[in-house]
Amino acid sequence: MSVSLSGVGLTHANGQVALSEVDLQVKIGERVAIIGPSGAGKTSLLRLLASNLQPSSGQIHLLGQQPWQLGARQRQKLRARIGLIHQAPPLPPRQRVVTAVLAGKLGQWSLGKSLLSLLHPLDIPGAQAALSRLDLADKLFERCDQLSGGQLQRVGIARVLYQAPELILADEPVSAMDPVLAGHTLSVLNEEVSRRGMTLLASLHAVELALAHFPRIIGVREGRIIFDLPPEAIGANALDALYANEQLPAVPTSAAPAPVSVQIPRC
Amino acid sequence: MKPPADKRLGNYALLLALLAAVLASFSFLGIDLGALVSGDSLRQMGRYASSFFSPDFSPPHVRAIGHGALETLAMSAIGTLLAALLGLLLALPASGRFGWLALSGSRFLLNALRAIPELVWAALVVLAAGLGPNAGTLALALHTTGVLGRLFAEALENTPNEPAEAIRLSGGGHVAAFCYGTLPAVWPQLIAYSLYRWENNIRMASVLGFVGAGGLGQMLYVSLSLFQEAQAATVILAMLILVLAVDAFSGWARQRWVSA
Amino acid sequence: MLNPVLRDPAALPRLVLTLLAVLLLWPGLTLSELNLVVLFDERNATNMGRFLVDFWPLAHDREFLRLLARATLETLAIATAGMALALLIAIPGGLLASRALSLSAVHRGGRPAWWAQALRWPVRGLLIVLRSVPEIVWALLFVRAVGLGPTAGVLAIAITYSGMLGKVYAEIFESVDPRPSRALLVAGSPRLAAFAYGVLPNAGAEMLSYTVYRWECAIRASVVMGFVGAGGLGQQIDLSMRMFAGGEVASMLLTFLLLVLLADQLSRLLRARLL
Repeated sequence: MSVSLSGVGLTHANGQVALSEVDLQVKIGERVAIIGPSGAGKTSLLRLLASNLQPSSGQIHLLGQQPWQLGARQRQKLRARIGLIHQAPPLPPRQRVVTAVLAGKLGQWSLGKSLLSLLHPLDIPGAQAALSRLDLADKLFERCDQLSGGQLQRVGIARVLYQAPELILADEPVSAMDPVLAGHTLSVLNEEVSRRGMTLLASLHAVELALAHFPRIIGVREGRIIFDLPPEAIGANALDALYANEQLPAVPTSAAPAPVSVQIPRC
Repeated sequence: MKPPADKRLGNYALLLALLAAVLASFSFLGIDLGALVSGDSLRQMGRYASSFFSPDFSPPHVRAIGHGALETLAMSAIGTLLAALLGLLLALPASGRFGWLALSGSRFLLNALRAIPELVWAALVVLAAGLGPNAGTLALALHTTGVLGRLFAEALENTPNEPAEAIRLSGGGHVAAFCYGTLPAVWPQLIAYSLYRWENNIRMASVLGFVGAGGLGQMLYVSLSLFQEAQAATVILAMLILVLAVDAFSGWARQRWVSA
Repeated sequence: MLNPVLRDPAALPRLVLTLLAVLLLWPGLTLSELNLVVLFDERNATNMGRFLVDFWPLAHDREFLRLLARATLETLAIATAGMALALLIAIPGGLLASRALSLSAVHRGGRPAWWAQALRWPVRGLLIVLRSVPEIVWALLFVRAVGLGPTAGVLAIAITYSGMLGKVYAEIFESVDPRPSRALLVAGSPRLAAFAYGVLPNAGAEMLSYTVYRWECAIRASVVMGFVGAGGLGQQIDLSMRMFAGGEVASMLLTFLLLVLLADQLSRLLRARLL
């Protein structure tokens, strides 16, 4: 079993309930799409699975281990086996793509190798291979701030492919790409995942992409799993119920970082 | 917003107070400006000043100045480098990464280092470590650590921590997360601050010699004590060139690497 | 992979930079004679330790406190008087160095004629020299010229800060809206009148704010200049240090810190009020 949640609930610090009574089992090698309206708890669920958030209640098993029962060092070892693809990959603007991709393996590298690689990229072929899967090999030595949002998302995917984790969690991985590219990128991701025997959980905004690329679909609404079905079994009624026009609490978007200015005091 | 008439009155009172303070200062110090600009005193000053207008360019003296200038340059550069490393080390707790206690402790240390001027540090270090450029380097490093540490801490606080958080989530250690996630975003700022401090420190390094901490300052002090104005003039010229050169280099480096 | 790009284009520059850094670091370390061990040398450490132990209790007998108060007032007075003299040089200097009141620029869309620009350079050069020689060097020179005591400090601050203020004033004059002064100049008013009615109303607050800020710096500088005999708190610190009177040094350092803190607050208050 790759992922197993039983009775998991999550309440934010401000008292807002993000997830309640979630039960979910995902076997090794499965590919699962999570769909639902915005603010339904998809991101919270993925961050929970990335051991970024600690559940308020219930049991969580990742790759056979309970992350919050482990010591900090053991938990970092577990995290190195899990890859998270962010919707907007948090890459330092001045970092080069090659460094950003190589950073995926920091959990597996020794400190000395990590620091050395910062001065001179130690595994250029590896980074290039990961990037060329996503048709970005020519951007290897560009700086991240010279890429578009969709290219950045693909760099984020390349980073996780390079990390080669056992479990990949993807939070809206193709949201900034045009539909054709989004479909292509998703199929590349799925191919890689099945070829290497990884497990994939991806939240998607576009339902048709989810239905087209994933053999198992989970519908989330108001912090609960509404359905858990193969795509053929999902009818229009189920989708209408999932996306029923209702005022859901909007996701608090993080404000753009203020432009940093170098204020130099004199005297 | 106060009524303008009221504010205007207050401002006039303030200006009057400033004027009174200036007059009080002159009378307290007993400076007789009239006597200073009187013919006799001016003539004396003029004679003293004119003795500086024939700088000594004899080869041995110029060679000695070259060595002094290099020593000054080395003191300022190594002092700044040391301060940048120590400052970064202290800025980590001072930016609130290791909890409240470490934060206030390191802030206090940084403020104390910064509050005492370089020259006082130099006088203290000369007592502790003896005469010579080593004392000057350490004195510069101590004061500059305080200045840079505070600036670095502010820079670190204003840096988004998501990139570092993402590396932590893929299993990276704290150091790796800092180097890959935080450093790429802040290093231009850190470099800019260090360069700016270096500009400042080259000025300070050239005068720390007055209290025995090596460099051009010591040469200037000695030659003035021996009434060798011609030699002193060359040293001042060398200081001027050094300061302007470092300003120019630092300005160019900031343009080239930081604001790109 | 038709065209594998496996060479890092940044590798060579980085290698050169690293080598250069190492190459420069070595003579740097030798020349600066950096040696941290000397601090922990037993004899030095005990010497220093004895001196530092003397820091407590702070010296506070009546005689010393009177001296301290006088030195503190002297420091404040040096800074204030020095700034006042600096203004006398800085304002004309700033006016001469600035393009804001250029007559030739009025008809050339703000760009003065080349000869007018060339005439400004000597003034600018003078201001650069005045501010690029550190104030303490000026102090040392003036101590030799006019003798030990606060006069040297006042003159040194006047010289250095006139260079700094003059440059910043010139920049401020050029940064304000040029239309009012140009209108006056075109109408034939004399330059000083154009300055007083066209530039000063817009630039005054910023000039004052910067001047007050510099005054705060002057206080720090006047303490430091005392070390070469230019009066004030610094001279007393130097004397006490030579006599290894730890308690006195500690009292005076504390006074200095308080003075700087106070000046900081006062300068913030004044600037908030004037802007």
